[in-house]
Amino acid sequence: MIISQRHPDGPVLEARDLYVGFGGRRANPDVRAVDGVELAVEKGQIVALAGESGCGKTTLARTLMGLERPYRGQVHHHGVPLDYHGSALKAYRRKVQLVLQDPTGALNPRRTVYEAVAEGLRIHRVPGDEKVQVAEALSLAGLRPPERFFARYPHELSGGQRQRVVIAGALALKPEVIVADEPVSSLDASVRGEILALLLSLRDELGLTVLVVTHDLGLAWNISDRLAVMYLGRIVESGPTEQVLAAPRHPYTAALLSVLPETQHLKPVILKGETPDPRRIPVGCRFNPRCPALADGTAGAAGVATRCVSEALPILPATTTHEAACLLAGWGG
Amino acid sequence: MALLDIRDLEVTYRGSEGDLPAVRGVNLSVEAGQVVGLAGESGCGKSTIAGAVLRLLPASAKVSGEVRLAGEDVLTMSWGRLRAVRWSQASVVFQGAMHALNPVQKVGDQIAEAVLQHTNSRSAGPRVRELLEQVGLPAWRATSYPHELSGGQRQRVMIAMALACGPKLIIADEPTTALDVMVQAQVMSLLGTLVRESGMGMLLISHDLSVLADACDRVAVMYAGRVVEEGPAASVFAEPRHPYARALAAAFPVIGDPASRRAPKGLPGDPPDPRDLPSGCPFRPRCVEAIGMCAEIDIRLRQAGPGRAAACVHVAETVAETEAAAL
Repeated sequence: MIISQRHPDGPVLEARDLYVGFGGRRANPDVRAVDGVELAVEKGQIVALAGESGCGKTTLARTLMGLERPYRGQVHHHGVPLDYHGSALKAYRRKVQLVLQDPTGALNPRRTVYEAVAEGLRIHRVPGDEKVQVAEALSLAGLRPPERFFARYPHELSGGQRQRVVIAGALALKPEVIVADEPVSSLDASVRGEILALLLSLRDELGLTVLVVTHDLGLAWNISDRLAVMYLGRIVESGPTEQVLAAPRHPYTAALLSVLPETQHLKPVILKGETPDPRRIPVGCRFNPRCPALADGTAGAAGVATRCVSEALPILPATTTHEAACLLAGWGG
Repeated sequence: MALLDIRDLEVTYRGSEGDLPAVRGVNLSVEAGQVVGLAGESGCGKSTIAGAVLRLLPASAKVSGEVRLAGEDVLTMSWGRLRAVRWSQASVVFQGAMHALNPVQKVGDQIAEAVLQHTNSRSAGPRVRELLEQVGLPAWRATSYPHELSGGQRQRVMIAMALACGPKLIIADEPTTALDVMVQAQVMSLLGTLVRESGMGMLLISHDLSVLADACDRVAVMYAGRVVEEGPAASVFAEPRHPYARALAAAFPVIGDPASRRAPKGLPGDPPDPRDLPSGCPFRPRCVEAIGMCAEIDIRLRQAGPGRAAACVHVAETVAETEAAAL
């Protein structure tokens, strides 16, 4: 099922010193959506990329898929920099498949389930019996018996079934990696667990690598091996999911965790305002204008308050250990 | 007297494919100063209830039962009276603030419209500024267009509009669904503060039982057009009695709980087609605890502990057992 690997060692996907921007001149864009990211996604891992709207998580995922081009730094696939030319990029995109947030929007209402799943096979001119491949993909996605779904239209399916069709479309191409952007945020609570269990079983049974982009830390707890938290274009904390969620070291992660209804034992730290504008990234630590640890004097007591507002922090490397880009966590010396 | 008292509410949508019973006999009440949650998945009838309270449903909806708003039955009210009641007695914060605002009108003017339409005041300026402040937006935001605001700010504008005429009851239909966790926390804490400070009542509708558990005094869980469990929010979430409520409560993991680590819990199957409900308990085909009699008894809510009710054949036994254990 898995495509043979030319470079068995090293991460499947890697962001190296990655910067992605929009508008302005290429070397100096107006919006720095991804502003210095190091990330490694190892084979067979489920990595969650968490953060609020506008933090750059979707742009980072799109760049890793080759849908956006960085203005600085590189995306590596098995240690080889991504080739952005015609057929090489097309072949790469076949191996890295995207599953979008809203299955209703992702499916053409006038096309049957069969056509939706077969589309990718046709685009990539995949040899072999189309019908067999579509049936196999549908049953992998949990739509069994697959033949029963062939002639159905999206409106005849429930939300959960539609998301399974979208996942089947990705699986039909036998990808190495699935990038899922908020795969359950538009689904009902009862369906959510079913889709997450499907992603988990695909990893366990097929060895798929999954990068899941989400604002939902509960999802990360449910399925991810590693968690990277993004804020304003950078990863501010990353590590094994258990460690990051059990003992967050960045005040931003701690605040995100504290406002979840499921964490009633924590005192909610409600940050003021929204994610700031990526056109105007604050001087010093980029979180300092909203940082509760700076506002309540914790940073002052630790003697780092002036550095918080003046000193830019070095980029977190793509290590496997638990790290946080915060002076209070000992980052930046 | 309850602020909102819904009795035996039934709503059926008539259509070319036959009648669709969306709400099949619901009782629900909201007291002043109380937040009552209504949970359930898409199509369970929870938004239909929101629409029925202010008679906002399409003409194809056949409504029966009683909806008493401060004692007055909304369903038999004259149109003139209904217009006066909407906004000033009860108002709605709809889901999807992104699309509910007029994109070519300044938000201040949109709030002012609600004030001018429903009160006697001639100028709305001071009231608009006051409302914006109440929802945590600076007064100069009145001159912004919706596209200049973030999702959370737009949702605040929607709340300001709902507050414009000083209603006694707010119905919030998935007010935070499209918002980020932090913004969701901001909006929920704003709604909570408004209820506490003004003594309004609120009916909060969501598919996310954990949000309701946090924000509500009481919750009702709906399935296939009926309330299947009702009780104090914290206890329904912590110790659900109905198997469906248990599945909903387990759908959102407790972070740090090893039981939910790498073990997402869902509920297999889909809700039944309202036009073709199974015999007996409508949850039976998806229920792991279903027994023979579930196919025969169309079970209704029964006592399930102090202040609690659930519509499940297993409930009486559980309660009896607990009582026996207590003795």
